[in-house]
Amino acid sequence: MSEQHQLDAQADHEHHIVSPVIYLVILLSLLVGTGLTVWASYIDLGEWHIAPGVTLFWNPVVALAIACTKMTLVVLFFMHVKYSTKLTKLTVACGLFTFLALVGMTLSDYMTRAWGRW
Amino acid sequence: MSAATIVALPDQSTARIPKMNFLTKENGLLSWLLTGDHKRIATLYLVSITFFFFIGGALAGLIRLELLTPQTTLMAADTYNKVFTMHGVIMVFFFLVPSVPATIGNFLIPMMVGAKDLALPKINLLSWYLYVIAGCMAIYTMAAGGVDTGWTFTTPLSTHYLNTHVISTGLAIFVAGFSSIFTGLNFIVTIHKMRCPGMTWFRLPLFVWSNYAASILMVLGTPVLAITLVLVVLERTMHIGVFDPAFGGDPILFQHLFWFYSHPAVYIMILPGMGVISEVVSTFSRKRVFGYTAVAFSSVAIAVFGFFVWAHHMFIMGISNYAALIFSLLTMLVAVPSAIKIFNWAFTLYKGSITFETPMLYAFGFMGLFTIGGLTGVFLGTTGTDIHLTETYFIVAHFHFVMVGGMLMAFLSGIHFWWPKWTGRMYPEKISQLAAVVTFIGFNFTFFPQFILGMLGMPRRYAAYPPEFQALNVFSTAGATILGIGYLLPIIYLTWSLKYGAIAGDNPWQATGLEWQTQSPPLTENFPETPIMDHEAYDYEWLEKMQEKEVASVG
Amino acid sequence: MSDSTAIANGAAAEAQHEHPPYQRHHFASVEQQADTTNFAMWLFLLTEVMFFGGLFTAYLIMRNWYYPAFVEASHQLNIGWGTANTGVLIISSFTMAMGVWSAEMRRKGLLVLFLSLTFILGLAFLGIKTIEYHEKWEKHHIPGLHYSEQSFLNPASDPEVHKLYPGDQPLAPDMAAKTELYFFLYFAMTGMHALHMIIGITILGYMIYRARAGAYTTGHVTYVENFGLYWHFVDIIWIFLFPLLYLISRH
Repeated sequence: MSEQHQLDAQADHEHHIVSPVIYLVILLSLLVGTGLTVWASYIDLGEWHIAPGVTLFWNPVVALAIACTKMTLVVLFFMHVKYSTKLTKLTVACGLFTFLALVGMTLSDYMTRAWGRW
Repeated sequence: MSAATIVALPDQSTARIPKMNFLTKENGLLSWLLTGDHKRIATLYLVSITFFFFIGGALAGLIRLELLTPQTTLMAADTYNKVFTMHGVIMVFFFLVPSVPATIGNFLIPMMVGAKDLALPKINLLSWYLYVIAGCMAIYTMAAGGVDTGWTFTTPLSTHYLNTHVISTGLAIFVAGFSSIFTGLNFIVTIHKMRCPGMTWFRLPLFVWSNYAASILMVLGTPVLAITLVLVVLERTMHIGVFDPAFGGDPILFQHLFWFYSHPAVYIMILPGMGVISEVVSTFSRKRVFGYTAVAFSSVAIAVFGFFVWAHHMFIMGISNYAALIFSLLTMLVAVPSAIKIFNWAFTLYKGSITFETPMLYAFGFMGLFTIGGLTGVFLGTTGTDIHLTETYFIVAHFHFVMVGGMLMAFLSGIHFWWPKWTGRMYPEKISQLAAVVTFIGFNFTFFPQFILGMLGMPRRYAAYPPEFQALNVFSTAGATILGIGYLLPIIYLTWSLKYGAIAGDNPWQATGLEWQTQSPPLTENFPETPIMDHEAYDYEWLEKMQEKEVASVG
Repeated sequence: MSDSTAIANGAAAEAQHEHPPYQRHHFASVEQQADTTNFAMWLFLLTEVMFFGGLFTAYLIMRNWYYPAFVEASHQLNIGWGTANTGVLIISSFTMAMGVWSAEMRRKGLLVLFLSLTFILGLAFLGIKTIEYHEKWEKHHIPGLHYSEQSFLNPASDPEVHKLYPGDQPLAPDMAAKTELYFFLYFAMTGMHALHMIIGITILGYMIYRARAGAYTTGHVTYVENFGLYWHFVDIIWIFLFPLLYLISRH
């Protein structure tokens, strides 16, 4: 009856079982990433002076980059999103997008506050 | 069949309500309290939200009575604060947000997609129980003395300076929020995964599209309100927090997080109502909705853009000028999809065969009043004029026009339109048309003067006001009395119709849509066998062909 | 179509069940049920993302405003325990994924083993958190409960942390007061996370009981799979909490 469901089920990961070897590789990568991020926090990675009064410090950028990489690995492999339907991938993207909109647009208010100017 | 109405009822002398339907399938209290049937849950919701509507309405009556005189006569200013706060909290969270989705949406969406039930029936029931628990918490709060922060819980007033029941109200709204989240989640999953064969996205009724868009907002926006309320509660209990400047916190942070939900919330409230209007306008003009794709995508566009405009509630609160600029610009953009809908409904009416049954009267009311409310929103979205108009009665009038003149009229339109499907009986047409007209008149008398009051400078949330504003306030209260009558009448005649209304038959409105092709009230499993959708939405030619083949009367 | 007797006959015909016992009646097939519930779990996780999102937003702003207070307050957190906890959760995610694999391969013994390992690791996480929270209680660093700013006004008065971070300067009184804000966010965020862990472990306990009865190795892996999604999500939240709270600046 359900042509739509067959189309959806084509990429359904129940027909694609992820091998434990992949899980092991991801586990090791995550542990390495953890060690890396702890190690990096003990080093002063400096900053980038973009413009007068606007500085970007590298430590938090690196820490967040490592965290985002770890998240991506967990999402794609442990949560099977790499092997999931387009709908699942779209859903994850929507969640990330809305989260970034909340954080980004709120921060845009704080970052552009300059009492007395303009 | 007279030309003045499209109603086609079966022969009343032989017609009877189908013996087996969702209401008669099982009996007893537990069969209702433990049901998974979306139609029973919708009925439970309908009763609950009507209950809360009248509490909220009574509070509105108290507000208008107090505002008859410039001084605080009926109640102390603190009490007045509690009254308008509870009015706002109950009307927003316990009536408007669940109104169309949880009642009409729950009832119809599985039928409109051709499914037997929603995807997650147990979650649906849980959603109702969460609503009831939240409602009990809200009633407890009122009995215990109420809360007077305004429904917007602005900090640090709500976290630091008041000793009223902020925590219990916050927790009540938290629970109600999860009720809303689960409803939205259920709808999204159902619409994606439970459509019957042949039901492609672009054959769905526009009511489904609107509820889909509103559900996205429910799922993504409400959790932010939840965590904000948690932080407020924590701040009140631990006396340290991120919203109180005395501790280094930022009150604007609260407002950012609060309005991140509460602006999409207004679209959660209005989108399902717009879905109802699409259905009603099409049926009572006997014409497919003009520009189906545009209306469908405009619903989603409202949902998406609606996430990016929240700080237009905060223009005077201390956000940066750059932020005000960006949010104002985006607010102008979000008005466009709403306008597209109004245009498309107008073009649906053009050259249609229009009749003026009650649902259509409410729909006309909606189109006019929502347009006025929406246009006044443009004044408020423009930073320059907003500085003058914000926190005055102009805002109060604006949101009552869109919410009451818009949403509540759409809700009543939907209730009347689907009443025959829900109960198997027709409501009495003449008195219901009268009630619709009375409501429209009462509404305009109540809220139009408030635009003028706002422009003249009367602030909102004040129990006492300068004497020069009294005349318009008296006028407004007089209108509110008429409006109250307009809302009481449906309770009376709809209840009456349960026993004495004419038997409606399957399709009294001769509407397209899968829900009208099955019995009234429907079976528990909605359809005797899974429908196959082989025609476009609003296909009146298909309906004509079907009716030609149908036997005129049962032998 | 409105004739009740015809409907009754039709319903009787459908009553001959030709689907597995775990398929609910409103679904047309097992695939539809699995697909649907999987999608529903993802949507629920989206709500959780937005729920924690509010906390992350508050944190980012406060950290930016009171950076010195946040740095020094974060030095009060033991990096050993924090890293250990991160490792524990990551390994528990691995064991959970292996549990899902075992269910898909219909290997009951392995499934019970991996679920139990996940359960134990989850408890270990909570145990370490308890140790950390207890430490905060002893040093009067719980906001609202006899909070003490001494360690920040005078770092020398706190020898065990001062030894590790001798470069930490005494904070001015108004900045020292903001360390209480840091701990408010620390307890709010890790507390909310721990609450989700507790709920997860409770459900896991029930699942181990059902797994031993063979409920998940009949080809019906939906529960294990969807719970796995929840567990991985809780892990991801910690993956972000750890650097944000513990690793602000240790140099």
